Amino acid sequence: MTGTMFEKAWAEHVVKPLGGGEDLVWIDRHFTHDLSGPFSLKSLQEHGLALRRPDLTIAVVDHGVSTETGRSEASTPASEKLMPLYRDLTSQYGVRLFSIDDERQGIVHVVGPELGLCQPGAFIVCGDSHTCTQGGVGAIAWGIGSTEVVQVLATQTLIVLRPKTMLVRIDGATSPGVGAKDLILALIAKYGADGGSGHAIEYAGTAVEALSIEGRMTLCNLTVEFGARIGFVAPDEKTFDYLMDRPWSPRGEAWTAASAHWRWLRSDPGATYDKWIELDAGAVAPQISWGTSPAHTVAIDGVAPDPAEAPDAATAEAWRAALEYMALRPGARLAGLRVQNVFIGSCTNSRFEDLERAAEVVRGRRVAEGVRAWVVPGSQSVKRQAEAAGLRDVFVQAGFRWREPGCSMCVSMNGEKVPPGERCVSTSNRNFVGRQGPGARTHLASPETAAASAIEGRIADARSYADGSRHA
Amino acid sequence: MPEIAPLRRIVSKAVPLPLPNIDTDIITPMERIMDGKFVEFAFEALRFDADGAPRPGCALDDPAYRDAEILIAGANFGCGSSRETAVWAVKGLGFKAVISESFGDIFSSNCFRNGIVPVVLPAAAITALLDAAQSGETLTLDIERRVVEQEGGDRYGFEIPPLRRTALLEGLDDLQLSLRLADEITTFESRDRAERPWAQGVAMESERPLGTARKPE
Repeated sequence: MTGTMFEKAWAEHVVKPLGGGEDLVWIDRHFTHDLSGPFSLKSLQEHGLALRRPDLTIAVVDHGVSTETGRSEASTPASEKLMPLYRDLTSQYGVRLFSIDDERQGIVHVVGPELGLCQPGAFIVCGDSHTCTQGGVGAIAWGIGSTEVVQVLATQTLIVLRPKTMLVRIDGATSPGVGAKDLILALIAKYGADGGSGHAIEYAGTAVEALSIEGRMTLCNLTVEFGARIGFVAPDEKTFDYLMDRPWSPRGEAWTAASAHWRWLRSDPGATYDKWIELDAGAVAPQISWGTSPAHTVAIDGVAPDPAEAPDAATAEAWRAALEYMALRPGARLAGLRVQNVFIGSCTNSRFEDLERAAEVVRGRRVAEGVRAWVVPGSQSVKRQAEAAGLRDVFVQAGFRWREPGCSMCVSMNGEKVPPGERCVSTSNRNFVGRQGPGARTHLASPETAAASAIEGRIADARSYADGSRHA
Repeated sequence: MPEIAPLRRIVSKAVPLPLPNIDTDIITPMERIMDGKFVEFAFEALRFDADGAPRPGCALDDPAYRDAEILIAGANFGCGSSRETAVWAVKGLGFKAVISESFGDIFSSNCFRNGIVPVVLPAAAITALLDAAQSGETLTLDIERRVVEQEGGDRYGFEIPPLRRTALLEGLDDLQLSLRLADEITTFESRDRAERPWAQGVAMESERPLGTARKPE
């Protein structure tokens, strides 16, 4: 059989074909977080249903929890309300819970791969759209709604319309100062926020192969911002090296069998996809978003567009609304805009490598006056690793706040927000209206760009820091 | 779990909302999810200005569209977060169908699970239907025949997976459907445990204390 990895993985998860392209599929792992988890478990209980496989659901705490040093489970109103219910229900149902007192706590999509809970070809779901992040280790992972969560809890299956397949080839060498975040933002800017709708995306090409596993997770993270639920990179030697000896990774003979199977899962030469698109990595500059959709993104030296030049009336109206919300005039340069907030964190860019890249820019410099700059590590493990490597000191000495792991300023349900009318250069994934708080103006960027912007107090091009000449 | 009423045919005016990329943070902002007012303040940024005053001309609040059960939206409607509150809010406003050129995949899936029909039509059809909606036409959306019809008789066929169509017509939910397949699930589970032991059996029983693992640090 000649097939794509997605087709092979799909075939081995079909419990029963239901006709018309829909199948009942087996789910290997289900993650819950402190926003979706408590209500879903409660709903299960109210329906008098058993949790079919408590061992395959893992509960984490990230969305509602405070990231303030010295926090407790009652530090935010959301968390104070949800945590007692979450603790009670996970305990009743026998589900593992990694709360803030656990050394494994962190953002769900950071924790899953680092604990080896995610495997190539595994079907993984979570009531969170950025579950696709886990495609960085080759997992077929996607976000689901709360009704689907209850079904997974009760049956360990879902009824899914099999998406079409899409190959996104990114070839070429990236320029210095350009990373995975820039590649995926450039892809979305080029093909639109619905460029991947209805498809499961396999990312391939020399630029993708060159990325570390952490970089691949960043790439896959914004798949949902590209309109698709699922995006993954087929496993290679880097993947196996990353997964080997993780706490839940298979060992010994099980590892040998598993890794042989994962190799077999890779798309066969000559496999065909429903759609195939390309991006030239060499042509990508650092990216910055100007508007209220991740597709509203330009190169760091670019300008906000003019609605008069929009391709159609609806787009012109969307651009006008976005420019108004972002307080930008058509043709305004992005670089140089004053910023009041810088957020380095979220499931997009809060892993060790992200912090390392940002720290390279920050080292020996100071955060500009009037800028509130935060680093929120993605997990306790990332935090420990970064502290051991001295990165905490680099950030703190520069004037950054170094915080506890969680979603923080990416989702404004934990009290950590950007004040109305202020700008934030954020390494997160959504610049939607109100996403970082009512009236907040978000500019999406890479960790390097965020770090350089914190230093200058303006949206800045981190490439001028690469050789250490500037302000050094 | 949502209660799902059988849905066969909708005859109604349609609210035009041509803006592309209306995300689920716009439909139900997190602030409104937390304070429980996500239906009342659905599409808040489109309906109200920063001071909370109603935006004049917003079709969602136009009395001409009172009781409309169809929403015609710009491309990529419901993109973004998986929050099902977005569908509950659309349903709470009285809509039973949303027609767009494309949907966020999770939103679309959530629609079906709540008895709302997401209809995908090509750009030309959307343009015609937006015009019809703006001039106050009554549209007929027939799920059984999979067709949207204008007053003048212009009609647009759409695709919908057969199982989804049956579920809408009969008001079935996925949980009922899959609980009926419990035997098949059990058979699959035991076979899969043997074939991919690392995925369910061994892996989940082999938890090691974090301190003894090589990684993470």
